[in-house]
Order: sequence, then structure tokens, then C-alpha cells
Amino acid sequence: MNAEALAFYALAAMVLVGGFLVVQSRNLVHAAISLVPTLLGVAGLYVLLNAEFVTAIQILIYVGAITVLILFVILLTEGATGLRVRQRNEQVPLALLVCGILVVLFLVVLLRVPWGPPTGPMPAYNPGAVGRSFLMPYVLAFEVTSLVILASLVGAIVVARREG
Amino acid sequence: MIGPAHYLGVSALLFGLGLYGVLTRRNAVAILMGIELMLNAANINFVAFTKFVDPTFVRGHVAALIVITLAACEAVVGLALVINAYRHLETVNVDQVNLMKG
Repeated sequence: MNAEALAFYALAAMVLVGGFLVVQSRNLVHAAISLVPTLLGVAGLYVLLNAEFVTAIQILIYVGAITVLILFVILLTEGATGLRVRQRNEQVPLALLVCGILVVLFLVVLLRVPWGPPTGPMPAYNPGAVGRSFLMPYVLAFEVTSLVILASLVGAIVVARREG
Repeated sequence: MIGPAHYLGVSALLFGLGLYGVLTRRNAVAILMGIELMLNAANINFVAFTKFVDPTFVRGHVAALIVITLAACEAVVGLALVINAYRHLETVNVDQVNLMKG
């Protein structure tokens, strides 16, 4: 087994064990903290896929910002997220069935697809290539995304503000 | 040799875990965590397709970055709604927030 395969399996185990703890922990603070190894493992997979810029953004935004935000909200709503409250609804067997069927379907499909060789080489300097892609062919998506950020910023302030 | 099917397999399992969390949790914050897992699964797919199918213009990286940005927006608005619901209803369990149910 070479180094790439070893790194891949270690990161995949980190992602899946972390994800399992996120959906299974009874204590929501544990679930939120389990998000950190999951998201870091995904960032490691991005490194293996030669996506350095996406790795940096993943760590900055997901691990740095979203996890902290989720932890803050859990702590602010303690009366409803505490250990005495039942955390699962009555759909567990049905949800297990649906997710199992879906995952088996995905795996069957992706094991049957014949994968050809890639259409070209990867660009040598990844952040530069991403920036050129963003500002030349996908500039409309870029601008619309920034509008969405502005709208969600204003919306979050309006919704979370105390009235009166 | 690690090929595209490996990455897509991890992503399929992560998506299944996230969907399970969304379907079974009662707490709105925990449901948001499940949604984050599903978005990350989709992002692994985008970045894997960039490497193994169409690397020239890193289109998958662009899509993954847009998804990360929108995930941050969605988390911010969702958590603001959770705080507002907790302030008014003293609960964040989605099966007890049923003001609009006829």
C-alpha cells in the first residue's frame, strides 16, 4: 500500500467516524465538536485531490467559522439542547431504510460507471487558475454569490435582532 | 491506486450519514449540522470530478467554492431563525414549532 492510499483511507475513516458521531451523539456539544475532524478530513481529501485553494477556504470557513457559530447557538439555546431533552424523533427505522437504500444505489451506480482518463492536465498554480476561472467565464456566478451574501447578512441581522 | 470511485464512495457514505441526521434529529441546530455534512459530500464530488474528469479550467473548484459560500450564508440565516424561534417559543425542536399548522 503506497502513501497516497494510506493517507486516503486514514482521512476517509476520520471523515466517516466524525460524521457518525455528528449524527449519533446524544450531547449536541459533542456532535458539534465532532464536526471539526469531519471537516478537517474533507480538507485533507481536497489536498489529495490537488485542490489547495479549496482546502484553505474549507478550513477557514467551515472549521473556523461555521463550527464556532453552531457551538455559539447551541450554548445560547441551552434550555432546548440540554441533555434532558429527547433528541431523536420516531422516524429512526424509516430513516435508516431510506438512507441505506440511497447509499446502496449510489455505490452500485458509481461502481458500474467506466471512468476514462481526464481531459487534460491540472493547472500548475491552483489559486491562480481558480481566480481566472472566477473572473472570466464565471463572473456572473461570482457576482450573484456576493449579492446572496449581502442579502443573508442583512436577513440574519433583521431576524436575530431583538424587537422594540 | 486511488481512483474516482473511492472518493465518490466516501462522499456517498457521508451524504447518507447527513441525510440520516436530517431525518432523525428533532433539534434544528442538529438538522443544520446534517445539512452541512450533505453539502460537504457534494463538494467532495465536485473536487474529485475536477481531478479525474475535467481538470483544465478547475470548474469543479469554482462550484465547490460557491457551495461553501452558500453553506455559510445558509448557516447564518438558519441559526438566526433558530435564535428567534427560541426567543419566542422557548424551543428549537422542529416538531414543536408548528404555529402555521392548520
